[in-house]
Amino acid sequence: MKNNYKAHKEPLVYITKRGEMPRAKQMLIKSIVILIGIVFCAGLTILLTNENPLKVFKAMFMGSFGSPRKIWNLLQASAILLGISLAVTPAFKMRFWNTGAEGQVLIGMLASIACMIYIGDALPSWLLIIISLFASIVAGSVWAGIPGFFKAIWNTNETLFTLMMNYVAAQLVSLLIMYWVPSGSMVLGLVNSNSQNGWFPTILGQKYLLNILIVAFLTAAIYIYLKKSKQGYEIAVVGESENTARYIGINVKKVIIRTVIISGALCGVMGWILAAGTDHSINSSAVGGNGFTAIMVSWMSKFNPITMIFSSILVCFLQKGANEIASNLGLNSSVGEVLTGIIILFIVSSEFFVNYQIHFRKKNRKEKAE
Amino acid sequence: MDIFAKIMAFIAAAIVQGTPLLFGATGEIITEKSGNLNLGIPGIMYIGGISGIIGGYLYEHFCADPIPILCVVISLLASILGSAFIAFIYSFLTITLKANQNVVGLALTTLGVGLGNFYGGSLLKFFGETGSISLYITGNAYKTKIPYLSELGIVGETFFSFGFLVYLAIIIAVLAQRFLDNTRHGLNLRAIGENPATADAAGINVSLYKYVATCVGGAIAGLGGLYFVMDYTTGAWTNNGFGDRGWLAIAIVIFALWRPKSAILSSYIFGGLYIASVFISGLSGSTKELIKMLPYLVTIIVLVFTSSRKKREHQPPAALGQSYFREER
Repeated sequence: MKNNYKAHKEPLVYITKRGEMPRAKQMLIKSIVILIGIVFCAGLTILLTNENPLKVFKAMFMGSFGSPRKIWNLLQASAILLGISLAVTPAFKMRFWNTGAEGQVLIGMLASIACMIYIGDALPSWLLIIISLFASIVAGSVWAGIPGFFKAIWNTNETLFTLMMNYVAAQLVSLLIMYWVPSGSMVLGLVNSNSQNGWFPTILGQKYLLNILIVAFLTAAIYIYLKKSKQGYEIAVVGESENTARYIGINVKKVIIRTVIISGALCGVMGWILAAGTDHSINSSAVGGNGFTAIMVSWMSKFNPITMIFSSILVCFLQKGANEIASNLGLNSSVGEVLTGIIILFIVSSEFFVNYQIHFRKKNRKEKAE
Repeated sequence: MDIFAKIMAFIAAAIVQGTPLLFGATGEIITEKSGNLNLGIPGIMYIGGISGIIGGYLYEHFCADPIPILCVVISLLASILGSAFIAFIYSFLTITLKANQNVVGLALTTLGVGLGNFYGGSLLKFFGETGSISLYITGNAYKTKIPYLSELGIVGETFFSFGFLVYLAIIIAVLAQRFLDNTRHGLNLRAIGENPATADAAGINVSLYKYVATCVGGAIAGLGGLYFVMDYTTGAWTNNGFGDRGWLAIAIVIFALWRPKSAILSSYIFGGLYIASVFISGLSGSTKELIKMLPYLVTIIVLVFTSSRKKREHQPPAALGQSYFREER
């Protein structure tokens, strides 16, 4: 510690927190950063493939919008991602780091599939769909409620707890598939494939339309819940400062447990949609990482349900587009993950320029003073 | 096979399975002690593996007569550089740009797994070859056993028949424990993880410590991926072959209560549970899946139990997961 008394220069760079920035300026900064990210990704793709960049972009675009079927697939994938992002948002807004959406969706899915298997023949399809929904909601809320309960009473680290619950859920699914498929092939085929009992009906000839409509409804509901309701306000206050919340008479423990259960229940609903409306089957990786991607989507949209619509479409567009490039050029399909990862890192780092201001050391200030 | 030989074979297999976990857990403990919860560790371990593969491949490909020891040195360096670089990205985003640690970590896991599978699947294509990667010379160099000791009958077979990375994992864990407990820098690091503002006031360079701890931790974790691709699979890459071991390593950090020394035995126990279903004959399929669930269940129980006891030395670092900004309040 001999340098303690050395006269310090003003640091070359220092940063301060900004006040609230106008919305338009925030958008501008973010769009610039996303643009830089896309150009960076394009550069990377060209470097890897030696292809004309326009051709690459065209392939990407065609991969998502090339045919009505592709557009429906894009919308369906975005709807699932959007739904899960909405589900994790209430907990996130409360600063409860629910990394367990993957498991909560999976367990909701498992509940629906179990209903379809065990009572699928006894009931009419519409009743079975409703019962599956309730089973999924219960399963999802229990899966999230357990970590939430321990967070509230003992302040158990929820990030690690919910993370572990993902793998318990995945193993539980493998276990039940073992039980349901006696041959040991570990593959559960389409459940009720003949009767289609418990499957979502096709509306206007579109298989995925009901999924998309439900998620659209959820988006509006969550928006109103977070922005307009008393409970949404309580969530925001607890997220900002637990002490403030306690001071103004909010029962923090109750809010934590209630919000986490709502979050888990919504994950359960998404599991129900995946089981009854999309896959009609299950395996231990059926959620496919969407639970984790949803965390990033929710964060980069700053917990705003409307922004999330665009974010989730952007992410799904990137993934589908990258898959198209990969299959066209004979590359590995992991390009999608790479591009998604890079874009998300760019967006997350753009937050810095919105929240903080950088000051550089002004030259010659000292001389002038003297 | 008599029961004794079987148990010894099981222990040896548990050590093999536990080694990547031990590297990952030690790396993550050092990172978490600085207050950074790096959920990018699973991705970093993929990067560690693929960087080693790329280094080894380039050397074997462009050198007419590769020397085994150089194969090892080059791939080891490539692996360390690769995973430290990803950890550096994490550090830059979370420490300097103060981005959310969970989000950055998860994005890096997506990126790391993607990059690993991408290069693993297309590396040969870039050089106009077909088939899949297999670096026999490098892989076998990593597998070189200790002479004499490995020939000591069943004891040698169980404890001394591994490549050098197995012993390196133990040495690093022990050294990490000594570093944290007995050195000034270790004390400073722990102080930052508990309360960065206090550490800052005491004149410790918080950002520097966090950067170094995260990058070194990342490099150590990456060695776990390297061990897997070089020693366990003898230099071959299979997409997603590493599986969910990275998350298991994060579970071990909790199970070992943030102590690298306890992580050694914990890793071997988890490694044993990971493959127990292969060794116990006559298990039904569903029992096997139950055994695979055990590590995670046990971790959850440990987490809940320690948080209820509130014993100070068993808690996660108090500032875990939070970015530090000096001018905040």
